[in-house]
Amino acid sequence: MNRLSAENVTLAYDQRVIAEQLSVEIPDNSFTVIVGPNACGKSTLLRALSRMLRPSEGRVLLDGQVIQSMPAKKVARTLGLLPQSSIAPDGITVADLVGRGRYPHQGILRQWSAEDERVVQESMERTGVAELAERYVDELSGGQRQRVWIAMALAQQTPLLLLDEPTTYLDIQHQIDVLDLCADLHEEQGRTLVAVLHDLNHAARYATHLIALRGGKVIAQGAPKDIVTAGLVEEVFGLRCQVIDDPETGTPLIVPAARRARAAAGERGTAEKAVATGAS
Amino acid sequence: MKTNRAVRTPGGLSVRLDVRALTVVVLLLLAALTASVVLIGTGDFPIPAADVLRTLVGEGNAGQEFIVTELRLPRVLVGLLVGASLGLGGALFQSITRNPLGSPDVLGLGQGATAGALAVIVLSSGSANQVALGALAGGLVTGLAIYVLAWKRGVHGYRLVLVGIGVSAIVTAVNGYLLTKSDIVDAARAVVWMTGSLDGRDWDQVWPLLALCAVLVPSVLANSRGLRMMEMGDDVSSALGVRVERVRLLLLVAAVLLTASATAAAGPVSFVALTAPQLARRLTRSPGPNLVASLCMGAALLVTADWISQRAFGAEQLPVGVVTGVLGGVYLLWLLVTERRAGRV
Repeated sequence: MNRLSAENVTLAYDQRVIAEQLSVEIPDNSFTVIVGPNACGKSTLLRALSRMLRPSEGRVLLDGQVIQSMPAKKVARTLGLLPQSSIAPDGITVADLVGRGRYPHQGILRQWSAEDERVVQESMERTGVAELAERYVDELSGGQRQRVWIAMALAQQTPLLLLDEPTTYLDIQHQIDVLDLCADLHEEQGRTLVAVLHDLNHAARYATHLIALRGGKVIAQGAPKDIVTAGLVEEVFGLRCQVIDDPETGTPLIVPAARRARAAAGERGTAEKAVATGAS
Repeated sequence: MKTNRAVRTPGGLSVRLDVRALTVVVLLLLAALTASVVLIGTGDFPIPAADVLRTLVGEGNAGQEFIVTELRLPRVLVGLLVGASLGLGGALFQSITRNPLGSPDVLGLGQGATAGALAVIVLSSGSANQVALGALAGGLVTGLAIYVLAWKRGVHGYRLVLVGIGVSAIVTAVNGYLLTKSDIVDAARAVVWMTGSLDGRDWDQVWPLLALCAVLVPSVLANSRGLRMMEMGDDVSSALGVRVERVRLLLLVAAVLLTASATAAAGPVSFVALTAPQLARRLTRSPGPNLVASLCMGAALLVTADWISQRAFGAEQLPVGVVTGVLGGVYLLWLLVTERRAGRV
């Protein structure tokens, strides 16, 4: 049995239903990546898995317990989340911000142990921000700032770490940087990672387990090599493409079909899309 | 500059101290106490500071004893408590709304308390105690109204500020209406009350305030670590294991109670709740809500303002609220200008 799973959950904001009867298992020690077109419910699913959103039906289980029924700090010692929206308080230094990740391990009489200090230092070193420790967070570049937030999530020392679009707004070099870091965390420390990513090629290259969502339903899941085909990409994203072997890693590489080729197949595609929109 | 120091015991207990913030708190406390002693010595019958201290420890002569403990000490204590409550309440509101403008003055709590007090003065010409109760009720009802109106899948800072500004405008209109309905004697009394004054405050005002602070301050401080996490957004703080909605409700209730009771005791003393947390933050230079420093800053600010109002205007006393408004406003402007020059705003 895996540590984190969603069982038949219905996810909705007020009356707007995003997903119904959705079940997902996060394999232990995997680097799971959730992909899908905009508004397919991937971020919503991640919010439910990290107990930010309470399912209106069904349940999310962490270590066999319903996640909402567990003490908040206990969950926070098991499962970390790097959300899309986070605010760096005015005038906070990198070391201070990373130190806040220790909150679930602290109490009113145990505010700053030697262990806290060690873990914060280690997290900053892992993410390459140790030399920025005394700098103000609002002076940093976007890439550096994202590393600082990841360092904060690392300082939480959770075996499971969920990341909501960790590469958004970063340039290509920093995107690869962040993904390499995630891969390291997964490989060297055996953490279970779950990330929502937009870039299919990144997902196919880094994920050990891929979940493809559309319209709140799992269309396919498994190792990228086994599931990523031209057919799947067309089914999930409505995009004609070729899938070739990545010359660097041998993982699937998606090459969108040329405009003319897509236009030729236009009629069929439009019809399909109409069906898809109607269903979602 | 790194000013955090951890103090650890062999038993595994540890406390984190921000040396700079701690120094600021101690200095502010000293300033508040010094101002209090000077203030007690000020008046038609001046008493030297040494005599004030001697009287306070019970070794003064009978005349001084009466003036100090019966007349001036309660007034100063009310000033300290009101300033502390406003400073702490303001810091809580500003931190919860993540907005320096999200303070009780702007959100309409002061106006709400004023409406309660005015209703009592104008409609029933009630006693001072009834006016205080009216103000308390007005503040609490306004706080509740803002919370309910701002609720949408939880309460968020921006909504709270906007709804508060709207409520504030409505209540101000009600206050204007009440004033126009009143006769000249009631209107004069109402206007004095509305500027915020410590005139004629005695032990009857001290005890309820002290009791309330004794309960609220510790419960607020016990939740301050959660509040510090909430500055990073609801998602990050709940991921860290803070029960965001619960902590926020508890702290909002405490902040409304603190502000409403301070207003009930001294009238809507303007600007302290807005200024004290900002000044405290700039002195400690520490991120986070700076609750204790804001509390001390509020107390020091209010007692100093009261001293200035008595000193500068003698027997024809200016209400303390006018001084806090002028002082606080000017100081805040000056700070904003200098900080802008330094590029930190």
